[in-house]
Amino acid sequence: MQMSENEKFVPTIVAFCCNWCSYAGADLSGTNRLQYPANVKIIRVPCSCRVNPMFILRAFQRGADGVILCGCHPGDCHYTSGNFYARRRMTLLFSMLDYLGIERNRTRVEWVSAAEGAKFAATMNSFAEEITKLGPNRRLEDLRCKK
Amino acid sequence: MQEITVKETMVKRAKELLADGTVTRVIGWKAGEFAYDSTPAVFESAEEIDKDFVYDGFCAANVSKYLVKESAKEGKILAFLKPCDTFSLNQLTAEHRVNRDNIYVIGIPCEGKADVNKIKSSGIDGITGIEEDGDNYVVKTVYGDSTVAKADVTADRCLTCKSKHHVVYDELIGEDGEDNPDCGRFDLVKKLEEMTSEERFEFWRGELSRCIRCNACRNVCPACTCEQCVFDNPNSGVAQKAAADSFEEKNFHIIRAFHVAGRCTDCGECSRVCPEHIPLHLLNRKFIKDIDELYGDYTAGTDTESRHPLTSYTFGDAEPSVVHERGVE
Repeated sequence: MQMSENEKFVPTIVAFCCNWCSYAGADLSGTNRLQYPANVKIIRVPCSCRVNPMFILRAFQRGADGVILCGCHPGDCHYTSGNFYARRRMTLLFSMLDYLGIERNRTRVEWVSAAEGAKFAATMNSFAEEITKLGPNRRLEDLRCKK
Repeated sequence: MQEITVKETMVKRAKELLADGTVTRVIGWKAGEFAYDSTPAVFESAEEIDKDFVYDGFCAANVSKYLVKESAKEGKILAFLKPCDTFSLNQLTAEHRVNRDNIYVIGIPCEGKADVNKIKSSGIDGITGIEEDGDNYVVKTVYGDSTVAKADVTADRCLTCKSKHHVVYDELIGEDGEDNPDCGRFDLVKKLEEMTSEERFEFWRGELSRCIRCNACRNVCPACTCEQCVFDNPNSGVAQKAAADSFEEKNFHIIRAFHVAGRCTDCGECSRVCPEHIPLHLLNRKFIKDIDELYGDYTAGTDTESRHPLTSYTFGDAEPSVVHERGVE
């Protein structure tokens, strides 16, 4: 999050993208010259299932305003079933964050295939817009973790 | 008077099994520093049992976790398990964390354990001793004796006891109880869910701001049996540091609850040991409730075969967006 009095709030967004689908989808949206916000920081992971809840919370602790996880469509996982596990895990985590009273729209899961460059750009645009609306993340940050 | 006979039977059986060589050690409880902090202990001889063994309304500790280390040692160990402890043992067996062949389980009846904080908060100070007398506890204090009804000081977790049925045992003392599906253990979770997100945040900030990160909830949890814990990582930036604001320990509590999601048997030890009385079981129960609702009813520890919900899946599972579609904001 970078902001001063006169500046517009620009959120920091972390996107975990699986190597086989969503990362390639992001690449495709780039080669297609589709615009998506530069403040989306992509972290490539071997599979959406590689992302454990700690990654998400850690991103928030260290100053992310929104975290999105992108993976292959259910059924299309490179490792057959990784995204199914990720799906259960993230459902429970998001539900828990909601239970603790944290804005539920700060987190999202989206399935983006390698052919969906346009969907990737559209997803990032809408997510960035949503986070900008929500404002800076205060509830999940951790001052001890910030440099 | 029932507790006394149970204790006598326990002592008798323990001595018999030690004498005939079935077991080499016994895990049960001994008196702690105060009358109300009976603590788990391992006994190796009949003399030790005569000297220290206790079983009363304050033997609340779940001894299953101790069996991870104890069952790895040589020789069989006799464990006295309450119904809720048997769920934990079953779960540990399913995860291959204990050597079941090295454990002789005697199931013991439990009528609900007492919460000493309830006795204290009823205005009784300076407790020097507590004795059982039928349905009452006679609390001896430096100011004289007072009597409290057992029912009035039963721990909250026992008021919503999910089952008095022993899911695993080699022998049983007394009658086996039954499951209690109408225990209402999710009532408080439901109440929280019905609040607005602002109210929930304030509730949890109020609770979690008291956390002193003593790690007692982690250490006591029978599902937390990792040799090395993520929270001991010195590179995490949060290890051994005081919280800088009122909600900073939420990361610890979310992850602690998440790491036992689907494996938590809802024994309630986390809340019992919390020195700040944070209702930590409400986090675990939220996961249990969500799992029940989204992936079908599942009680961890019921058997040792079924796959737990986070290591299985179906094609038609709910998308994480179900959370976003909920009504109340």
